[in-house]
Amino acid sequence: MDLSYGPEYDTFREEVKSFLAEHWPLQGEEAQQSFDDQAITFRRRAIEAGYLARSTPRAYGGSEQESDPLKAQVIREEFGRARAPGDPGGIGTMMLAPTLLERGETWQKEKWVPGTVLGEIAWCQGYSEPGSGSDLASLKTRGELDGDEWVINGQKIWTSGAVTADFMFCLTRTEPEASKHAGISYLLIDMKQPGIDVRPLKQMNGGSHFNEVFMNDVRTPSDWIVGKRGEGWLVSRTTLKHERNSIGNAAMTEASFKGLLRLAKQAELDGRPALENEGIRQRLATIEGYVQAHKCSGYRQLTHQLRGEEAGLIGLMNKLHSTNINQEISKLAFDLLGDDAMLDPEGGGALMGAAPRGSEGWVNLYMASLGVAIAGGTANIQRNVIGERGLGLPRDYYAQQSK
Amino acid sequence: MDFGLSEEQALLQDTVGQFLANENDPNQLRARFDSEERHDAPFWNGMIELGLGGLMVPEEFGGAGLELLDAALVAETLGRGAAPGPFLGHTLAALAIASGGSDAQKKAWLPKLATGDALGTVALGEDGGRWLPDQWELKANGSVSGLKHYVPNASVADLIVVGSAGGGLALVERASAGVETEAYAGADRTRHLDSVRFDGAACEALPGEGAASRLCDAGLVLLAADAFGGASRCVEMSVDYAHNREQFGVTIGHFQALKHQLANMALEVEPARGLLWYAAHVFDKAPEESERMAAVAKAHLTDRFMAVARDAVEAHGGIGYTWECDVQIWFKRAMFDRSFLGSPSMHRDRAARHW
Repeated sequence: MDLSYGPEYDTFREEVKSFLAEHWPLQGEEAQQSFDDQAITFRRRAIEAGYLARSTPRAYGGSEQESDPLKAQVIREEFGRARAPGDPGGIGTMMLAPTLLERGETWQKEKWVPGTVLGEIAWCQGYSEPGSGSDLASLKTRGELDGDEWVINGQKIWTSGAVTADFMFCLTRTEPEASKHAGISYLLIDMKQPGIDVRPLKQMNGGSHFNEVFMNDVRTPSDWIVGKRGEGWLVSRTTLKHERNSIGNAAMTEASFKGLLRLAKQAELDGRPALENEGIRQRLATIEGYVQAHKCSGYRQLTHQLRGEEAGLIGLMNKLHSTNINQEISKLAFDLLGDDAMLDPEGGGALMGAAPRGSEGWVNLYMASLGVAIAGGTANIQRNVIGERGLGLPRDYYAQQSK
Repeated sequence: MDFGLSEEQALLQDTVGQFLANENDPNQLRARFDSEERHDAPFWNGMIELGLGGLMVPEEFGGAGLELLDAALVAETLGRGAAPGPFLGHTLAALAIASGGSDAQKKAWLPKLATGDALGTVALGEDGGRWLPDQWELKANGSVSGLKHYVPNASVADLIVVGSAGGGLALVERASAGVETEAYAGADRTRHLDSVRFDGAACEALPGEGAASRLCDAGLVLLAADAFGGASRCVEMSVDYAHNREQFGVTIGHFQALKHQLANMALEVEPARGLLWYAAHVFDKAPEESERMAAVAKAHLTDRFMAVARDAVEAHGGIGYTWECDVQIWFKRAMFDRSFLGSPSMHRDRAARHW
């Protein structure tokens, strides 16, 4: 057991640092560009140097590096420290580009992958519908061929980033006669066209991360399909090979806990810092046990990756474990806020225009941690996954019946 | 970067697991659990033959010269199998002498402990839950008088490592004059506890500095390891039951309410494996982190074990509440792990001092 990265990676880290010292932040005229443009300019150089888009082939705008989760981790750490743009986050780089690389036609890869890994093209994911949440394959948005174009009608919901997205990858029912899973195709759609109506959903915390997307006779070329007709479900389930970030999630949880400790030092209870209160200390220390366990689970999974092993049960638990921890952190923080826990997260606890009181982030987390528990596979669906794939329990009785 | 077990470590766990599968199968375990005998010498001798008597005893004294991580992996396997016997106290006694003993004390005792010619234990707990070195009040100065509580397997031990005022450790032979043991009716019938009353018994101090806190940190990690193994077993037993028990014409694992309960149990346990490894690893390699992480691991894991043992009873339905059902064996093992060397809340408070 050895938690150091070893001399080879110390050398690599120095290379990354000197690259960053030379190239970020941008200088002169380049520094006058918009932040998005600066990020794209910088990413081109970082890809050239082999630090970003590492699992994307050079032919499609990537740097095509040998898979090395530890190098990827060193890069994340150093880019993070320098506040330099990393690979664009979001659904385009996480899902669409890897899916195209696995399943797409050559021309599709050439057309979309380079811009996606640079951050020039933004995507949104057209999966959930009002009537199809956890039972996603029951989706009803339909696509019909009209000459050499698909005509798409229906409604998507919980679509992150739809307001700014250039394209959507959309699960569409194109084979109404086929069985539930076999009737779906994976279509790519230009978002900037009449017939698409994006309406932001306002969340309980006042923010608008998600949208509804209404599609009324939306058109897309007949060959903007990934995989064959009726293969959309399989395409959407493609196992994506990239250097998973198994310890970034744990680092965020740890940072959140440290924030909670700071809050407990500042907040007062009975005229003393809340941190000195026995009950509060016990609750904090209980949470710390989970935080430390989560952090060590990250090390374990990184080791599995390095050894080329499957992570097994622990690999299925990341989302639910971090969700639970964040809920506990947010609940304790809420208790520490005292009367500020009555204030609106958007107003920042401001008294008619006065400066925010610092509580708004915690009030927001108190609500947002619930959103996280639902988004990207609800906590109950996560429990099904752990139970069925992790513990080998049978599928739900009713899910088995509905084919 | 390699945060995983070596092949040797995996082999060590397999070997101990195989031994338990042969020598402590459910019927044998049940017989030992229900027995009025407080020590099963042939079974302990089997563990000695595997080398478990001297895991952390240096090779020059006849031991395996392994580290706490290795001993923790063994403890995990013993916890998984609810293995009866004096492994915990014996291992801690040997560790105390190896880390704090004089050359003469090491020569006199370590080879005997490693070969099982002597059985060791540790006498730490005092009235009012005073488990730790800075809490001990018993005076040991050439001779020792006073009472120690909850001493594992004291009635059959040959050598007792006694914690004394000022955070010292002293050796007392159980057969000496002025040593009396009295059995507790402990809930965990796999690890028996006695109180030990010393009345002017001859003792010999261990000269090494810091041995008492090392002993306690190691004990916390071994308890956490036992708890992880036991908690994992509780999840397995409950999952097995869900695969076999039928109601409404299907196995009950089909029902989402139970499936989610089982998933939650697994989620309580599996992520803690790394925490256990880490606490053992820093004991071996980064002692400055050891006190805090041992406390975090003990508090977290023994609490998780108790919680999933309760859940396991519930997951077994009515049968889970019977003496006949094996779940109770682990439930009571959890009761031991949780309280021995101090409660989870006491160790949370200690961990909090590092913030």
